[in-house]
Order: sequence, then structure tokens, then C-alpha cells
Amino acid sequence: MATQALHVVARSATTMTPPADAANTVAVAKLIDISKCIGCKACQVACMEWNETRPEIGDNEGVYDNPRDLGAGAWTVMRFNELENEQGGIDWLIRKDGCMHCEEPGCMKACPSPGAIIKLSNGIIDFNSDNCIGCGYCVQGCPFNIPRISTKTNKATKCTLCSDRVTQGKDPACVSTCPTKALTFGPKEDQIKAAEERIKDLNGRGYQKAALYNPQGVGGTHVMYVLPHGDKPEQYNGLPANPSISPTVGLWKGIMKPVALIAMAAAVLTGVVHYAVKGPNKVEDDHDIKA
Amino acid sequence: MSKIVRYSGSDRMTHMVVALLFILAAVSGLAFFHPSLFFLSNVLGGGQLSRILHPFIGVAMFVLFVVLYFKFWHHNILNKNDRQWLKQIGDVIANHEERLPEVGRYNGGQKLLFWVMTLAMLLLVVTGFAFWRPYFASNFGIDTVRLAALVHAASAAVLIIGIIVHIYAAIWVKGTLGAMKTGYVSSAWARKHHPGWYKEVSGGK
Repeated sequence: MATQALHVVARSATTMTPPADAANTVAVAKLIDISKCIGCKACQVACMEWNETRPEIGDNEGVYDNPRDLGAGAWTVMRFNELENEQGGIDWLIRKDGCMHCEEPGCMKACPSPGAIIKLSNGIIDFNSDNCIGCGYCVQGCPFNIPRISTKTNKATKCTLCSDRVTQGKDPACVSTCPTKALTFGPKEDQIKAAEERIKDLNGRGYQKAALYNPQGVGGTHVMYVLPHGDKPEQYNGLPANPSISPTVGLWKGIMKPVALIAMAAAVLTGVVHYAVKGPNKVEDDHDIKA
Repeated sequence: MSKIVRYSGSDRMTHMVVALLFILAAVSGLAFFHPSLFFLSNVLGGGQLSRILHPFIGVAMFVLFVVLYFKFWHHNILNKNDRQWLKQIGDVIANHEERLPEVGRYNGGQKLLFWVMTLAMLLLVVTGFAFWRPYFASNFGIDTVRLAALVHAASAAVLIIGIIVHIYAAIWVKGTLGAMKTGYVSSAWARKHHPGWYKEVSGGK
């Protein structure tokens, strides 16, 4: 990866386009090849070390998932699913969960605070805590259930795709540490090609439905999966088959904003015009009335 | 000139506090609603403080609005005259009050607005809890939270437009602001705008 400057191409709650020159930036992507993942959680540890986060120690709930869920201290977690397959055997499906870095991010659409969520020209979606007001709208906007509000700081948190490392030409911490190369990072175009090669290989080994997960409902993502069972993404702990920004959020943060604002302005304007044209309604036969 | 009491001290005080809380809730709410209005979050001391205070202000506004509701709901039942009044809204706007049916304590427009505001307030407080962070939002499913935010914003827009109409009517119809400030209106004002009510309070004169 070439070193990239932090070119911001979009900001939350901002009507103007930021003045970033994105022309020559390469779109990046992290590819998570589920068929190579052994569930060792080294990526979780590397993430916590680099980003200096520490989730609270939880309880053993009889499952491998630990911590149990994403949180302010856990921006990525391995989700384990034991699935009885059609042959009567067990498929042990393991998915590294975290921010998908959507090309059209729902969090950013919903965010009301200018610059609390930014999109870099390389595709990374980052949260800027200085501007975050803790409203949780990003949680409502996200189709992947990723952002978590810190109980300590009331700020939204999630994976940054190690934007600080990527800026310096390094791979994200999770990718650097992955012992089986299930995680790779690079130009998105190259990653798609690599995934296609891998899928061909998987097809030849009995996984006919293997597929790349790069959902177009959110414009594609900058974190992609190679799924051995590509026809059933939900099997991987509820990975949505066709994610998109909820129509409710689309309405709320789309057409409703200008319509409501224009209606309010129109109400005021109507009053001004009416007063000028029809004048005040006075009591004519009384001299003591003062408005 | 004779004067008539229209509002008691407690009526006026409750109304003023609700009005003040409405302004603060509306200003902070609009800041979250549209990026162009985010600067309004400075009124309450910035985005984060606005986010913290807005729901508390809203709940206080609702509680006091409930007081207003129980003071005035029985004056706001729409009758046949009110429906006719609403049909002749063109005459109302053109200042042709002489063509309208007899108006009681409140006219059809005021009564309709009363119920619109009541409904909007109710929707606002109910939906507001569903995405009130950090206290209540986690108790609701994501689809509920999303729908709540949409309904909250729509109700707020309706309420704000309703209040714009409410304020304009008070500016337009002279002698009305005095009722809000002092509680008194002139007999002439009552005869002109609320003849049915005037008959009641003056003993049928």
C-alpha cells in the first residue's frame, strides 16, 4: 500500500462537499477469507493492543465468543456458529465481525453532528469522537449493527480500519497479525481479483456456492468476505443477505428533512404575507385596545 | 371600557413555562434534524449538552402541557358551528368575521389546533423514550427505535408548524396577546371574536 494522506471526501451532517482531492487515491479493502480462518482471535488481540482498548472481563457463557459482543473496548469479535449441515455433519462457521466500511454508510447518513463521521477517499469510514454528541443515530443508521456507544464516554465507537496505520502505509493491526492469511489488505480492485481466484479454488473443493460478499445495497463495502456458503450469508451469525439503509432511516434523513424545513419556512412566510396583505384584525369600536 | 377575565394567573404561568420549554426543545431538536440548523445546538451549550438536555426539557414540557390539557380540554370540543367555521376558512383569512357562525370561547381553528398539539405532544413523548440514550434506547428493538425517530421528527414538524400558526394568530388578532400577558380582554374584543362566550360571561347581554 502506498502511503495515503487523510483525504476526507464526505462528512456527516454536512451539506457542502469537503474540498478533498480524491482523484488519485486508491480504494482499499480488507478481505476476510472465512475458509482460512481458524478462530484464534489473534485479530481481536491485535486490535485491542494497537487501539489501546480493553473490554471488561465477562463471564463464560458456554460459547467460544469472547467478548460476547462488540463494544467500546472490542471493535472486532469472532462470532462462532455450530451448524448441522445437510449431510448430518457439523459446520463450524466462524466470522470476524466488525465495521464493514460501506461505500454508502448508513451511520453517516443518520449522524446529526457535522464531522463526527468522516469518509476518507480510500473508502475508510472513521468516527471523530471530538464531534460525536452521543445521540446513537449511527446505531439506527447502520445495517450491520456495528456502532456501540461507550458507557464511559457516551461516544460512538467502532473499527477505524486502522486509518492511522493505513495513512502510514501499514496494514491494519488485525491483518498484520493473522497467522493464516485469512485477513489481507490492499487495493480493493486487487482484493476482488484475489477473492475470485480463491472462490474458484473453493468451487473445486466442493464449495459450489462459495461467493464474495461485497453487498451492493450499500454501494459495496471496504471490508469483504469470502464465504464458503455464499448463498446463505445469514448462517454466519446473521450476516445480512441484502443489507441496505433502512427505508425508515432513508425517509427520516432523506426527503423529510427538506420537506419539513420548507413547510416551516412556508408557514412563517405565509404569516408575513397575510399580515401585509390583509392586515391585522382589530376591534374597530373600541379605542382602548392595545395589541 | 369594561374588561373580562379570560385567563387566571395559573393558566398564564403554565402557558408561559410550556412556551419557554417548547422554544428550548424545538431549537435543540431542529439542530439534530437538519445540518443547516446544527448551529442552534449552541443555544444550550453545544451538541453534546443539547443531546443531554433535550429529552429532559421535552418531558418537562409534556408534564406541564398535561396541566394545560386538563385546564382547557372541555372548552375545545368541536361543535356544529365550529365545523361550519372551519369550512369558511376563506372568510376567516379575509377578515370577514361577520359572515362566520357564532364563536364560543374558542373558534374551530383554535380547537382543531388544540387537538393537533395534544396528539403531537403525546407522540413526541412516547417516541422520544425509544431513542433516549443512554437511559432507555437499549430496551427497544432497532426497528422500533428507527420508527420512533421518524415519528418523533414528523410530530415535531407538525407541532412547530402548529405553534407558528398559534403565534401568528395572536399577532394578527389584536388584543389577544394582552389576554396571554394580563389575563384580561376587552368586552369589545370578546363581542367581536367570541360572541358566544361573551354572552355566557356577561349573562346574556
